[in-house]
Amino acid sequence: MKQRPIRWSVYAGLTPAILIVVFAYIGTIVWTVGISFTDSRMLPVARFAGFNQYIRLFGTERWLTSIQNMVIFGVLMIGISLVLGFLLAVALDQRIRAEGFLRTVILYPYAISFIVTGLVWQWILNPTLGIEQTVRGWGFESFRFDWIIQKETAIYCVVLAGVWHAAGLVMAIMLAGLRGIDPDLWKASRIDGIKPWRFYWHIVVPILRPSFISATVLLSLGVVKLYDLVLVLTGGGPGFSSDVPAKFVMDYLFQRQNIGLATAAATTLLITVLCVLTPWLYAEYFRAEKRKD
Amino acid sequence: MTAPETRIRSVPMGEGPSGPAPKSLSTARIGIYAFLFISALFFLLPLYVMVVTSIKPMEEIRLGGIFALPTTVTFEPWVKAWSSACTGLDCRGISPGFWNSVKILVPSVICSIFVGALTGYALSFWRVRGANLLFAALLLGAFLPYQVFIYPLVRIYSATGLFSTIYALVLTHVIFGLPVMTLLFRNYYAGIPVDLFKAARVDGGRFFSIFFRLMLPMSIPMLVVALILQVTGIWNDFIMGLTFGGLANRPMTVQLTNLVAPTEGEIAYNVNMAATIMTAAVPLIVYFISGRWFVRGIAAGAVKG
Amino acid sequence: MSSVSIRNLQISFGALNVLETLDLEVQEGEFIVLLGPSGCGKSTLLNAIAGLLDITEGQIWIDGRNVTWAEPHERGIGMVFQSYALYPRLTVEGNLSFGLKMSGMPKAEIARRVLEAARILQLEHLLQRQPAQLSGGQRQRVAIGRALVRNAKVLLFDEPLSNLDAKLRTELRVEIKRLHKSLGSTMIFVTHDQVEALTLADRVAVMHKGVIQQLATSKEIYQRPINRFVAGFVGSPQMNFLPGTLVRRENATCFRLRDGSEVNLTGYVFSRPFADGQAATLGIRPEQALLRPSEHQHPDRLEAVFTIEEPMGPDTLLWGTLAGESFSVRISSDQTPVIGAKTDLYVNMAQASLFDEAGDRL
Repeated sequence: MKQRPIRWSVYAGLTPAILIVVFAYIGTIVWTVGISFTDSRMLPVARFAGFNQYIRLFGTERWLTSIQNMVIFGVLMIGISLVLGFLLAVALDQRIRAEGFLRTVILYPYAISFIVTGLVWQWILNPTLGIEQTVRGWGFESFRFDWIIQKETAIYCVVLAGVWHAAGLVMAIMLAGLRGIDPDLWKASRIDGIKPWRFYWHIVVPILRPSFISATVLLSLGVVKLYDLVLVLTGGGPGFSSDVPAKFVMDYLFQRQNIGLATAAATTLLITVLCVLTPWLYAEYFRAEKRKD
Repeated sequence: MTAPETRIRSVPMGEGPSGPAPKSLSTARIGIYAFLFISALFFLLPLYVMVVTSIKPMEEIRLGGIFALPTTVTFEPWVKAWSSACTGLDCRGISPGFWNSVKILVPSVICSIFVGALTGYALSFWRVRGANLLFAALLLGAFLPYQVFIYPLVRIYSATGLFSTIYALVLTHVIFGLPVMTLLFRNYYAGIPVDLFKAARVDGGRFFSIFFRLMLPMSIPMLVVALILQVTGIWNDFIMGLTFGGLANRPMTVQLTNLVAPTEGEIAYNVNMAATIMTAAVPLIVYFISGRWFVRGIAAGAVKG
Repeated sequence: MSSVSIRNLQISFGALNVLETLDLEVQEGEFIVLLGPSGCGKSTLLNAIAGLLDITEGQIWIDGRNVTWAEPHERGIGMVFQSYALYPRLTVEGNLSFGLKMSGMPKAEIARRVLEAARILQLEHLLQRQPAQLSGGQRQRVAIGRALVRNAKVLLFDEPLSNLDAKLRTELRVEIKRLHKSLGSTMIFVTHDQVEALTLADRVAVMHKGVIQQLATSKEIYQRPINRFVAGFVGSPQMNFLPGTLVRRENATCFRLRDGSEVNLTGYVFSRPFADGQAATLGIRPEQALLRPSEHQHPDRLEAVFTIEEPMGPDTLLWGTLAGESFSVRISSDQTPVIGAKTDLYVNMAQASLFDEAGDRL
C-alpha cells in the first residue's frame, strides 16, 4: 500500500501516548524489575544478586503479613461490597420514595478520598473518642469496641472503611444493570407467578453477571493499590499487623532505604496482578473483537 | 355513571371488587424501607460526625463525645483550620494545601483529558500499525500497581530537575490518567458513525483538523464525564503528591495528614474535622452538582473493553 | 358466558386518561385483535387484563371470575411479549418449565406439558438450546410455548410479531392462526399492523385515544368503517377522502364535489337522516373506483387525472388528483391506464362511505 504523508500527523498525535507507554510504563517496569535482581540498598547498584532479594522478601514476616492482609481485605471488602451494593440496588429498584436522595447518600463516599475516609473512620473507631467512648458514656461501662488497636482485628477496620467507600459504587453499577433489564421480563415472571426473590436469584443475578464482573475488577484494582486508607486509618499497625503490600513497598523505598527489597516486592505485586488480569483482559478483548465481525 | 349517552353499557358491573386494588404496606416493603434506612444511617454517619464535631467547642467534645449534637455552635474551628492551624512550625492552616491542589489540578486535568481524547481519537478512527499493541499496553497500564513505576520515576524526575515541581505532578497525572482517558474517548468515538469520519476525510479533513473541528466539539458529553472523573481523581490523589510534590507543592490531602498528625498537647478534633471536610469539599461539590453524570463516569470508567 | 369481560374500565396516569370508560366482551374461543396507532391505549388495555398495571376504575372478569384485584398468575392467562422476554441463561426447556417448577408442580406433569407444548410448536429439537442460540422466529415460538404450558384459557399477545422480519412475520402469523384453531382458547392480540389484525381476528377492536372506535369483524371494519379514523387507519393505500356537500334531487341523492361536479349516490345505504346541503366527506377505497363500469350496478362517473403509475405485481396503483384532492386507484395489472389525461372512474356507491363533519358515518 502507498504510504501517504497524512500518516505522519497520526503518529504525531499518538506521540504522547507512545512516549508514555515506552518510557513511563515499559521503561520503568524494566528498571524496577532490574533493580530487584541486584543487591541495591540505599542506591541502585548493578551487582547481580539473582533471586536473593526475593528469597529475603519471602523470609520477611512483615511482607507475609501484608500479603495475608491484602487477601483478607480483598476477599471481605469485595464480597461484602458486592452483596451490600447488590441488595441496595435491588431495594432502590422497588419504586421507593426518596430514591434520588438515598442514591446520593449511598454513593457520596465514593467521591471522597481514601485519606478523608481513613481519618473519619479512625476517629469513629478510636476507643477513646468514638463509638466505645460514647456507648460507655451512656452507662455501659464495660462496653468494648477496640478493634482498631488490636493486632488481630485492625485489618477488619480497614475492611469496614473500604466497604463504606465502595458499596455505593457497586450499587450504582448494579442499579444501572437492573434498569437495563427488559421490563417484559418482569411482566413475564409475574404472569408465571414467580416469587420476586426467586426471580432475582435465578434470573436477575445471571443477567447481571457482566455488572458483577466489572464491579469486581474495579474493586480489585483498589485492593492492590490500597495504601492511603491503611496509612491514615491504622498506620499499618498495631506493629505491622495491618500492613499491606503497597505500603510495604513505599516504606522500604523511602523510609527503610532498601530499594532492592522494595522493588522485589513491587515486582511480585506486578506479577500477581498480571496473572489475574491477563486471562480476563484477553477474554474481554477477544469478545470485543468478535462483536465487531 | 358518567359515560356518554351514546354508549350503551352492554354488561353492568358485577359483584365483587372494582377499581384499583387496595394498597397495603406489606412486611416485605417495610423490610426494604428498614434496610434502606439503616444503610443510609451507616453511610451518613461519618459525614454527620465530621460536620457536628467541626462546629463544637473542644469542651463539648471532651464531655459529650463526637456523636452528640452541639449545644453551642461555633465556626471558630473552621477559621482556624483554614488559616491558622499548625503543621509543625508552619501555622498557616490548610489553605496553602488548598491552593497547591488547585495549582496542580487545573493543568493536570486539562492536559490529561486532551492527551486522552487525542489518543482515543487516533486509535478509533485511524488504522495505524501497532495501534492494537499500543492500546493493549495502555489498558494494562490502567491496572498495574503504582509501586512498580514510582522509584524509576523519582530518579527520572531528579535527573531532569523536575522533582518537587508542579511539572512533575502534572506529568505524573497525565501518565497515570492516560489509560482511563483513552479508554473513555475510544469507546465514545466507537459509537460515532464511521461514515461521518469518512465524509470529513472526503471533504479534505486532515488528522488534526478533523479532531479539533469535528470530534472535539462532538465529544462534549464525554469531556464533561472526563472532567468529573479527573477532578475528583486528581484532587483525591495522595501518593503522587506525597512522592513527587516535595515540601513546596504538597497537595491538600498530604497537608491534611500532616495537620491531623498527633502532636503534643490536646488534639483539636474540631479543627481537624473542619480541615477534613474542607479537603473533601471539592469532590463532594462536584458529586452533588454533577449527579447522574458522576454515575455515568463510573460506568464509563468501569472498563468495558 | 363470555370469556373476558371488561366493564367500565378506566385507567389514568396522573391527570392523563389513557383509557376512557371502556367496555369489552370477548366470547369464549374468540380471537380479538386490538388495533391502533402507538399511544392509543391498546397495550395498556392488554396489560390491565393481565393485571400488570393498576386500574383506576372498573372491573375485569375472566372466565366468569372477577379478577380485578387478582395477581397476574391467578388470572388463568398466558402472555406473549414483543421482546420475547425469554429468561436468559436458561435453556428452552428451562424457559418452558421455570414457572411451573416455581409453583411446585410435580416433575412428571411438568415434563408432560413441556413436551406437549414443544410438539405443538415444533420445538422438540431445540429444547436444550439457549435463547441466544435461537432465531427470532424460534424465540417467539418459545415465548408462545411458555404461555401454552400454563394451560391458560386466555392467551394475550402484546405485538408478538413486531420484532420479526416480513417473511417470518407472515409464517408465524399463519402458525398463530392454526394454533388458535387447534387449541380453541380465547386470544387477545395487540398490534399496530392492520394486515395482522384483519387476517387473524374474529373481531377487530380499532382503538384511538383510549377509546374503542369500532368493534366488528374484519370485513365490517374494512367495508363499513364507523368513522373517518377507522376508515383512514385501516386499508393501504389509504381510503380517498373527497370533501363536498349532500344535495337532494327529485329522484336521487347526489354528492357535490368541491369543483362543482356532482355524483349520484344511488345504492348508498344511509344509516341516519341527513339535511339537504349538509357538508360531508365521500370515502372511496382505491380498489372501489373502476376504469370500466361493471354490468349490474348503477355506476356514475368521476373524472380524475393520473400522473404516476406503480406496478405492484398482481395489481397496479395509480396516483393523481380528483376534484383537486389527491386520489389513488388500484387496478388489475392487465389494464392499461391513461397517464396525464382525464380518465373516467366508475364507483359502486353501495361500497363507498360517507362521513359527516364530525367524522361519523352517515
